[in-house]
Amino acid sequence: MANENENIKIVKDATCTFCGCVCDDMELHVDLDEKRITKAKNACVLGRAWFAEHTIEDAPAAMIDGKEVTIEEAIEEAAQTLVKAKFPITYGLSDTTSEAQREAVAITDYIKGNIDTTTSVCHGPSGLAFQGVGESTSTLGEVKNRADLVIYWGGNPAESHPRHFGRYAVTPKGMFTPNGKKDRTVVLVDVRKTKSAGVADILIRPKPGKDFEILWALRALVKGNKLSANEGEWFWGVNIEEETGVSLETLTDLAERMKNCRFGVLFFGMGLTMTRGRHFNSGALLALATDLNKYTHFVAKPVRGHGNVTGADNVVAWQTGYPFGVNFSRGYPRFNPGEFTTVDTLSNGDADAALIIASDPGSNFPKKAIDHLKNIPVITLDTKSTVTSKLSHVAFKTATYGINTGGTVYRMDDVSITLRPAFESPFPDDETILKKIKKRVHELTLKKIHPGGASGEAKVAAVNPL
Amino acid sequence: MVDKMMLIPGRSSKQGTSLNQGKLKDEYQKITSTLEMNKDDMAKRDLVDGDKVRMWNEIGETIVSCVGKKPEDLSAGLLFIPYGPPSSQLMASDTAGTGMPLSKHMMVEIEKVK
Repeated sequence: MANENENIKIVKDATCTFCGCVCDDMELHVDLDEKRITKAKNACVLGRAWFAEHTIEDAPAAMIDGKEVTIEEAIEEAAQTLVKAKFPITYGLSDTTSEAQREAVAITDYIKGNIDTTTSVCHGPSGLAFQGVGESTSTLGEVKNRADLVIYWGGNPAESHPRHFGRYAVTPKGMFTPNGKKDRTVVLVDVRKTKSAGVADILIRPKPGKDFEILWALRALVKGNKLSANEGEWFWGVNIEEETGVSLETLTDLAERMKNCRFGVLFFGMGLTMTRGRHFNSGALLALATDLNKYTHFVAKPVRGHGNVTGADNVVAWQTGYPFGVNFSRGYPRFNPGEFTTVDTLSNGDADAALIIASDPGSNFPKKAIDHLKNIPVITLDTKSTVTSKLSHVAFKTATYGINTGGTVYRMDDVSITLRPAFESPFPDDETILKKIKKRVHELTLKKIHPGGASGEAKVAAVNPL
Repeated sequence: MVDKMMLIPGRSSKQGTSLNQGKLKDEYQKITSTLEMNKDDMAKRDLVDGDKVRMWNEIGETIVSCVGKKPEDLSAGLLFIPYGPPSSQLMASDTAGTGMPLSKHMMVEIEKVK
C-alpha cells in the first residue's frame, strides 16, 4: 500500500505499537531522505510522539562496557555470559515482535534460565486471576458494535490509551450502537478525578484500596442479596459509605444498570493490580463479570500498556504453557510468580546475568532490584539509550518494531496484527540479534554437555543420564 | 509537618510523549520529578507551585518539585506522580508471592526543601 512520490513515501494502514490499543489505521508520511516520519494521520498524542521521535540516531550498534564493538563481538560476549551464568534471566519483551519473543524463549530454554515479561509488573496479578476465576472475554470489535454499558475501573485511558474511547468503546458507531456515545452509558471508577472523567456519565470515586470491598458488595447486590439487615450497613455493622467512600445507593444503581444492560464491559487497569489485594482485586472483578452472565452478556478486559505485552503473554504461554514467570533450570518449564518473576529474582539476589529486551527495569523497578541489576552482567536490546542500557555489560541498539521492521503484534484483546514498516534502519532488529545469540548459545551449551564431541548414543546418554 | 500521605505513581500524557524522546532526556526527567498535590495540603505546608520537597519512606527518598491540583480532582492526603526513577526509589521489593511490587498507594512523608 506504499505510494512513491519523490522522496516522500506514504504508508497506509500502518500500525502504532506504542500502547496496547495497537491502532492499525495510521497513514504515515515518510521522508526517505531524512529517514523520519513527518506526519502520522489518525495517531493520538502518544502515537504522534512515537512516530516523530523514532528517527535514526547516530550511535554504535553494539557496545561492551560502553566501548563500541562489532555486532559479532557483542553476540559472542552475550552468548558466553549467558551460558556461564548459573541463574540467567530473560526479561522485558513487551515492545518487540512476537517473532523476537519466540527467539527469547528458545534462548532461555537452551541456557536453562528464567523468562519473565513486563506483564509481571503490569497485569501479572490479572494473569493469576484468569487462572483462578476464568475470563468472560470479547474482542474490542464486539465492544464497539454491541456494548451499551462501558465501565472503566482503576485506569485513566484519556492519558494512557487516548484512542480507546474514540476507536473502540465510547464514541464509535457500531452495528447495534448506531448512535455512538448516545447509545452507551459510561462509568468511570477511580480514586482521582482524571482527564478520563470527561467521558463518564457516572463517576465513582472510592477511597484508595477499597476496590475489592466494592466489587464484592456489587456481587452481592447483583445476586439480590442484602448487604446487611440495617440499611446502609455492611456485614459487620460498618457503614459502607464510610468504609469505601461509595454509598449503597450508588452501588445499587450500578448493580441494576449492570444487570439490565444489553452488553456490558468492564475494562480494568493498574488501579486494581498494583494496589493491595492485587490478584484478589482482578479476581473479584472477573467473578463479577461472570456472575452477570446469568442476567445479560457481560465481559471483562484488562487494558494493556505496551504495544505487544499481550503478544508476550501469548508467545510465552504457547511456548512454555505459562504466560510469565517461567523457569527452565530443571530442563522443563515451571511457573511460580513471586519466585520466578523478575522483581523477585533480582531483589532476592538469585539472578547472576540478565538478558533485557526492549525494557527499562533499571528505571522503573524497586530500588533493591535495581541495586542487584547493577551488580550482575546485563545484556540489553533497545532502540534508545535507557538507564538499563547505560549499566549494561553488552548493549545492542536495535531497529524499532512497526516503524523499521515488520512482524506480528497482539492487540490488548488478543487479536494479532501484522506490521507495515515505514523505512529501513541501519540497526538490526531484535529478532535478528536474538537468532544469532540463540545459535551461538546452542553451540556453547552443546559443547558444555559434550566437551569431547560425543555423537549418537553417547550424546543421548549425556543428555538423559540413567 | 510530617503527616503520612499516600503516593500514587501512574501514567500521564506528558510522560508518554517525553519517554519517546528518550528517558535520559531532560523533559522525561522533569516530568517524572513533578509531584501533584492537593492545593489545601500544599497551603498547610507553606508550599507553592515549583517548590522542592523531600519525599521519603522506609525504602528510600527522593527530591521532586510539587504542583497544586484542585481539591475536587485530588483528594486531601493523596499525591500523584508520573512514574519513573524518582518513584522507584520509594517502592518496596516485596511482591507477596505475585511478582508485583506495591507500585501504587505507597505511604510517604514529605517536607519542604529549604
